[in-house]
Amino acid sequence: MLHINTRIHDRELKKGSAELLILSLIEKRDRHGYEINKLIESRSGGALRFNVASLYPLLYRLEKRGWIDGRWVEKAGQRRRRYYQLTPDGRKVLATQRTRWRVFVEAINRITGAEPA
Amino acid sequence: MPEWKDEIRRRLASLKLAPARESEIVEEISQHLEDRRAELRAGGATEAEAHHALLAELSDGDLLAAELRRVETRVRCEPVVLGATKGHLARDLWHDLRYGIRALYKQRGFTAVAVLALALGIGGSTAIFSLVNGILLRQLPFRQPDQLMWVSLRRSDPGKRPFNLPDFLDFRDQNRSLDGIAAFANWNVTLTDRGDPERLQGLRISANAFQMLGVEAAVGRALVPAEDTPGRQHVVVVSHGLWQRRFGADPRLVGRTLTLNGASYTVVGVLPPQFFFPIREAELAVPLAPDADPWRGVRTSVNFLRALARLKPDVTREQAEADLTAVAGRLRREYPVANGQKLGVTLSPLHEEVVGNVRLALWVLLGAVGTVLLITCVNLANLALVRASARHREMAIRTALGATRRRLIRQLATESLLLAAIGGAAGLLVAAHGIPLLIALGPASLPRTAEVGVDFRVLGFTLGLSLIAGLIFGLAPAWQATRVNLNEELKESGRGSSGGARQGRTRGLLVISEIALSLVLLVGAGLLVKSFLRLQAVRPGFDAQNVLAVRLSLPKARYPDRAAVTAFHDTLRPRLERLPGVEAVGLVSALPLSGTLASIPFTIEGRAAAPDEALVADYRMASSGYFRAMKIPLIAGRGFDGRDTEQAVPVALVSRSLARRYWPDGTPLGAHLRIDDNDRGPRPVEIVGVVGDVTHLSLDGEPSPCIYLPVRQAHEDAVVWLIGNQHWLLRTAVDPLTLQAAVRREIQAVDREAPTSDIRTMDQYLAASVAPRRFNLWLLTVFAGAAMLLAATGLYGVMSHGVAQRRREIGIRMALGARRIDVLRLVIGQGMVLALAGVALGLLGACALTRWMESLLFRVGATDPAIFVSIAALLVLVALLACYVPARRATKVDPMVALRYE
Repeated sequence: MLHINTRIHDRELKKGSAELLILSLIEKRDRHGYEINKLIESRSGGALRFNVASLYPLLYRLEKRGWIDGRWVEKAGQRRRRYYQLTPDGRKVLATQRTRWRVFVEAINRITGAEPA
Repeated sequence: MPEWKDEIRRRLASLKLAPARESEIVEEISQHLEDRRAELRAGGATEAEAHHALLAELSDGDLLAAELRRVETRVRCEPVVLGATKGHLARDLWHDLRYGIRALYKQRGFTAVAVLALALGIGGSTAIFSLVNGILLRQLPFRQPDQLMWVSLRRSDPGKRPFNLPDFLDFRDQNRSLDGIAAFANWNVTLTDRGDPERLQGLRISANAFQMLGVEAAVGRALVPAEDTPGRQHVVVVSHGLWQRRFGADPRLVGRTLTLNGASYTVVGVLPPQFFFPIREAELAVPLAPDADPWRGVRTSVNFLRALARLKPDVTREQAEADLTAVAGRLRREYPVANGQKLGVTLSPLHEEVVGNVRLALWVLLGAVGTVLLITCVNLANLALVRASARHREMAIRTALGATRRRLIRQLATESLLLAAIGGAAGLLVAAHGIPLLIALGPASLPRTAEVGVDFRVLGFTLGLSLIAGLIFGLAPAWQATRVNLNEELKESGRGSSGGARQGRTRGLLVISEIALSLVLLVGAGLLVKSFLRLQAVRPGFDAQNVLAVRLSLPKARYPDRAAVTAFHDTLRPRLERLPGVEAVGLVSALPLSGTLASIPFTIEGRAAAPDEALVADYRMASSGYFRAMKIPLIAGRGFDGRDTEQAVPVALVSRSLARRYWPDGTPLGAHLRIDDNDRGPRPVEIVGVVGDVTHLSLDGEPSPCIYLPVRQAHEDAVVWLIGNQHWLLRTAVDPLTLQAAVRREIQAVDREAPTSDIRTMDQYLAASVAPRRFNLWLLTVFAGAAMLLAATGLYGVMSHGVAQRRREIGIRMALGARRIDVLRLVIGQGMVLALAGVALGLLGACALTRWMESLLFRVGATDPAIFVSIAALLVLVALLACYVPARRATKVDPMVALRYE
């Protein structure tokens, strides 16, 4: 059962979902910041996009919590880039958040879809 | 791209992040922006549009900084700027330490070598210092030890003479300057407790001694003065060592009864571990009980008591001496016959008595090991100088960034001190293992070894030593490394040759001092070696090879008189003679070189003795076989034989030196001596033979005149001595030690309860008598050898480095036509200038220093020219070798290669 706190406002919701997006995108493979942003943009069909000023602070926050781990990787002929990977802790968080979102979305769907206008 | 970095930096500035973190963020975000710009441009935007869009994204109010502020931590203080003028001491130190650890880690090879060398140097110094500390510096383990004096009688001949009982009692009762005086005498004990009978060294000691010294027992109590009264004297205190060895440290020993020489004694206490008796081998003590002693009233009785005294608080040693000498004067007037030659009393500080013999040797060793450490430091300084030249560029860059010279020196000094601290800690480990080893290898006569160990003073010494070592090998290179000429240094990329001449000079001076120091040590060791060889060449007067010496004492209860003792001899001797491999069997009352003193006063019949001339000679009771077993030659007359029975005329043999001294022109044969070996007054003996001289006391002393009496004719009063001290000597045709078991078996067969305390070869006695010298010699030689190796390494290192640096010059010379021999001469010549300067300086130093060790030498002058010359030659040779290797390498320089590479 998901309790809806009336104080959860837009910003928190957005932030929570943003965390979930980042964690899911690096679940299968390590990615760098630009790539993450690019994927969010393309997979949402341009509907979602991060601003650099908010993407990187968010990445650092996740890293600080120990959910993701950033490493500088050098590849031949390229500048070095910082790749992020999911930590075991991050993996657990991702699973919980996914379930919550599914429950939340289903709940919303049931409410909004059950009473067609 | 760069402008993005600046933009981002500007936005992060307010956050005051750690520099490394900041540049990481800047790099990551600017990369992102760059990718985004490329994407926008690919999508058709102009450069200006793309720039504008990105700027908008980056700015977005103050979003970036605001968001980051919640995530990132600020650094508390200003980041460290290398070379900042206003430093923060603790922070700088921490920074220097971390930097130092990294620097040392990066140069692992150097660090390992340095730590090892320092550990050995500091460890050796610490070990020797702990000997000096425990033996010389620490106060004796008694209350107010400065007031404790060793008391001895003075006669006209030199030496410290013991007292007899009546004298001692008079001095005790009539003095006005002493807080207490205690006498003690050797007491040979046979312990027949459970188990085998064991022969022990014991003491009879005035029962007030322990209170006077201020010694408390570890278990139970010490003797108390009342136990000197007759009837109460059957109590005993045992040493800590005996308690552990024989009684398994059983605390219930106190209160038990022990059978000592057939009588019962109650154990009242165990003495503390660091306590030592004035006779160091002693393991137990019983009250002297003077009033129960049969010699109590006999003024002419044997002088067998040694004494310790405590001065009254305000009395000086000289005052006490005068006071006691006044008592001696009164006694001399009162008993002109018995005390005629007892002129006065000498007091010497107890500490001096205990450690006086080893003081000089220990200080010399400490000096030697300290010198080795110094040479080690000099070598490390040299090594560090080479490193410093490699780090010149680093220093130049840091100076360019604003570091002051002081700051840089501090950084380098921290590195050196860190190295020294690690070396010191490792050295402490070395010392912890080295101290027991030193004591084990040291001569048995080394006093107070129970008190040697690591205490705060030793720890302080090690710490101080490490600090000094660190400063010595750290400061010179730091000084050099930081004399930076910015312009030169940064212009050249890594030639690293600037300041070469100056550095070369410093290194040259260091090498000269190394060679000089090691020469001093080598000369010292050389003098000791020569002394030792001289000592080994001394003929002791007997042939020690293949002689087994067995010490035996008989139970007094069953061997009360001479008849019983001779009966025992007559049974045992043929049994021993029949053992296979035995060539001769003899018996003597005191072995040469065993540390036993036995002497008697005598007069020559028919000659008027000068009133103050005391004739004293060593005195031995011996069997006829003794001279054969020891191969002591008969020079004139006859030896002892079957004629010399109890009923026959008493006879004696004298040593050659005695004969020469008193009969310089004639023969002593037929003359009569009156010897004072009993308490009924001197008795006459006839000299029937002269035998060769034997060094009885020590190899480095002159052989003293000696009188031998046949065992069969020993006076009843002297037989007591013989009951407790019989030394049987077996000359064998085989390895003497293989006979040990057989000898024990024969003795047991004659008397089950006769304990044999000691079976050793005469060679072993001989070796033990030179053990202290051997110990000094061995240590000093090791130190000197180490010093020479270090000096040679140092010279080699400097020459190698010099050659490596001058490859170009050598290449040019060779290109211009120099032959290999010229190059060889050039390099070796330069090295030898250093070596010869060092040798000259060292010779001067050795001349000045070796006279301090004169008393350690034997028949060798402190400035023995042969030693000085040969050691100097040895060092020159070693130096030549150390130069030759790099010189040869120099001749291999290929001019083409050398010039191309530079």
